[in-house]
Amino acid sequence: MEIVRSQRKVADAAAPPGLSLYRSAPAVEVRLEDFELYSIHRLRVLQGISDGLSRGKKPEEMEKLVKELWRTHMRHQDPSEDMNKDIISHFVLRLVYCRTEELRKWFLSMETALFRYRFRLESPESQRTLMSEFQLPYKSISHAEFEAVKDKLNQVARSTGQLSNALISINLCYMQAPFEEVPDLVANRRVFLLKGFAYVAMTQVVSLVSTHFRSIVSKALVLTNRKWTSTIRDKEKNRLTPIVEALSTSYLGPDYSQPKDFSEISLKDIDRLANSSFPLCMRHLFDKLRENHHLKHGGRMQLGLFLKGVGLRLEDALLFWKSEFSQKVGPEKFDKEYAYSIRHNYGKEGKRTDYTPYSCQKIISSTPSVGDHHGCPYRHFSEENLRAALGKMGVGGRSVDDILDKVRNRHYQIACTLTFEAIHAASCDTGINHPNQYFDASQKILQNKSQTTS
Amino acid sequence: MTKEETSFERDDMQIDGHDTERLQVGKIPGGFCAEHLKVYYGKLFPYADMYRWLSYGNDGKHPACDHSYFARREISYTFENDIFMRYQSFNNASDMENSIRDKCPLKIDIGPVYSVEPSKRHAYAQSGNNVFVPVERELIFDIDMSDYDDVRYCCSGADVCLDCWPLMTVAIKVLDTALRDDFGFNHILWVYSGRRGVHCWVCDGRARRLSNEQRSSIADYFRVYKGGENNVKRVNLTGQVLHPFLARSYTNVLKGFFEEKLLTVQNLFAYEERSQKVLEIIPDESIASELHDRWQGNRRSSISKEDVNVVRWEQLKHVLQSGKQKGLRRCVEEIVFTYTYPRLDVEVSKHMNHLLKAPFCVHPKTGRVCVPIDPSDCDNFDPTTAPTLSELLEELNNSMRSESEEEWERTSLGKSIKFFRSSFLSPLLKSCKEEMENLYNSKAKQSKNALDW
Ligand code: SF4
Ligand SMILES: [Zn+2]
Repeated sequence: MEIVRSQRKVADAAAPPGLSLYRSAPAVEVRLEDFELYSIHRLRVLQGISDGLSRGKKPEEMEKLVKELWRTHMRHQDPSEDMNKDIISHFVLRLVYCRTEELRKWFLSMETALFRYRFRLESPESQRTLMSEFQLPYKSISHAEFEAVKDKLNQVARSTGQLSNALISINLCYMQAPFEEVPDLVANRRVFLLKGFAYVAMTQVVSLVSTHFRSIVSKALVLTNRKWTSTIRDKEKNRLTPIVEALSTSYLGPDYSQPKDFSEISLKDIDRLANSSFPLCMRHLFDKLRENHHLKHGGRMQLGLFLKGVGLRLEDALLFWKSEFSQKVGPEKFDKEYAYSIRHNYGKEGKRTDYTPYSCQKIISSTPSVGDHHGCPYRHFSEENLRAALGKMGVGGRSVDDILDKVRNRHYQIACTLTFEAIHAASCDTGINHPNQYFDASQKILQNKSQTTS
Repeated sequence: MTKEETSFERDDMQIDGHDTERLQVGKIPGGFCAEHLKVYYGKLFPYADMYRWLSYGNDGKHPACDHSYFARREISYTFENDIFMRYQSFNNASDMENSIRDKCPLKIDIGPVYSVEPSKRHAYAQSGNNVFVPVERELIFDIDMSDYDDVRYCCSGADVCLDCWPLMTVAIKVLDTALRDDFGFNHILWVYSGRRGVHCWVCDGRARRLSNEQRSSIADYFRVYKGGENNVKRVNLTGQVLHPFLARSYTNVLKGFFEEKLLTVQNLFAYEERSQKVLEIIPDESIASELHDRWQGNRRSSISKEDVNVVRWEQLKHVLQSGKQKGLRRCVEEIVFTYTYPRLDVEVSKHMNHLLKAPFCVHPKTGRVCVPIDPSDCDNFDPTTAPTLSELLEELNNSMRSESEEEWERTSLGKSIKFFRSSFLSPLLKSCKEEMENLYNSKAKQSKNALDW
């Protein structure tokens, strides 16, 4: 891929439309503006996918969302340019997102999700073409094999709510693949497993294909990173490097890892603030800590990093945790076992890396188990408990029904946004996607109010 | 997740994990003390077997052997008052033996195989590039009785007795079958954790090479519990029928255990608050309160001699199964799953870099040795008779050693070590050898092809 300044690109031979595996960079020249513009458009798509996933959208909803996002952002006036735009933007973002483990991970997940849903939208023929492009080493199971496991396949199909009767006629459309290659199907028990092999229905091959797509892109990202550090970064230091560096931060959302200096909070205010401005997930942890004088690891991390982001200084954090924990385990045990991890959160222990407060997405996808209090209440509470918790926050009446309705549709962050709006009697247009954002927005509103009243 | 963060979490995990109680010696009636532990490490701990296991055939002479394999394994120690020594690693069995004898740790944990020797990780870090990462790890499971506190009334927390221990046996049966039949694993080691739980090590090459994502998918395959402390209804089974794995577990293991043992042993319906707990699982409140009222009236006054638990369970089943609603019929199964299905600490299984206590350690609170459990005979495993340190030392003192014997052969540990060798180690090493052979041959073939070309 050549990058040139503002001149029309040399027309590429008509490429067939459809999905690309991005095996190699396109042999076309790209204008610098397009370089940036295309990638911003693609980022919007990826960001949209990320939001959709964190709101817990179902596969069908995701499919619709991706279709919509792709149409709005990635269609070019000139249809023959579509494929180029797709490929160019992908390769540019590889450069942008190859540079740290964190970035790579995000990009990889979002690109794989994008691929996955685009694949589902393709026609069966082009799906088959793509499969052969991947050269997947699987063959369909034979009739005899099918007969042997037919009942089990039926059982799986019915357990996942798929139609059962049609099975017999499509018997040859199962493939046998090592279970390692379809982790998502295994995790949801959507396949029959026998002696290490998963029986993957033709309608599920998207899983196999995505796994391969993922590994191709994953390897490529590592290579790109190497190239970036060894040559590209310096060679392009006046041209691409600034663009690339700007791109990666401008769309990751605000950074809550460092408290803003003006927003330092002090220990004596913490109960008041918890009451007025903590989102439910943190309120709950806070209350449980006060109640039990203890939190398990997941809870300590979630609340501890949040408090750091809110502006609780390390010394105060230590005091705060100690005052609670020592009631349960005694001050010595606290100093010996827990103080370390709090300092660690602030980057004062261990390798001094700074930890970023958890985003909603991370919290929502956590898996609290027995005895844990972390996680997102909208996702992890039963309806009764959530209702009670909302009542405690002073949310009642219609609002509760609206909130529970969102929860039932798995729109947890929107439920949280509605809660915010109900409590503050103000709208929150951006929606909640980070507990610290919730806090900041709440404080802003409350401060404005107190200014206008005083 | 950054490397540092994960290693920190592991530090923390030990603090927060299952052995929450502080390791402190000297409180055991059997007289567990550092001196005894020294003797144990000096005479009984099976170093050679551990070394051969953790080498996976790489200690041989075959040209495909990776001689750095064992040395890249993290071993970590815990001492009194929870002092940890992480990232120990050893070149060979005698290095390991000398270190353990010398340090005499209360607890030994086994971590993953890293890209470089853990003890030299700092030296490698100098060379830039994030080279210190876990590359192989057994697939592990950790099941702990304290996670069952809401379904057992005989004990709680750290205690176990023969009334609740069968919950562990059930967990072993369900998981062991699925690991073998569904996932195709063969080399599975079950170990008593020394107090109130079991550990499982899946050691097939395929299992050791799983990515974190793949580990998570297996953990999720086994997961029927959703939600933490704040969700009453923890098991949620959907779909017209159960997935074959769940259906098999239910019919072959869970149902029988629930109806024939747990129900009566734990008296699940004999007291109001216990039966209320079961009724809470039923989504239809009118049915639940109907049953509740019915049982209120004739408290134990039942005319028949039949066990009140059995009678009430049958009544509950009858009401639910005669109902028209699909969801209610599934509810019987949900109750059984809630009470009996294995409760895994999934985080342990999901990541390569969790530590797990080594087999043949001595639990410092109970003095019991973490001996292997035979999954095909797990019904007969009795945690209250697992060998204790003091018994072993007595056996040593009371018998004479013959020249040809190893020390442990004279003790009740002998049976466990023999079982470890014959049922786990030798089939494992045999298959490691085959795998190595195949790998070598295919590589040789490849390079030959390359030459031809
Ligand atoms: S949506 Fe986000 S801020 Fe709100 S409760 Fe859940 S995790 Fe917390
Ligand atoms: Zn018991």
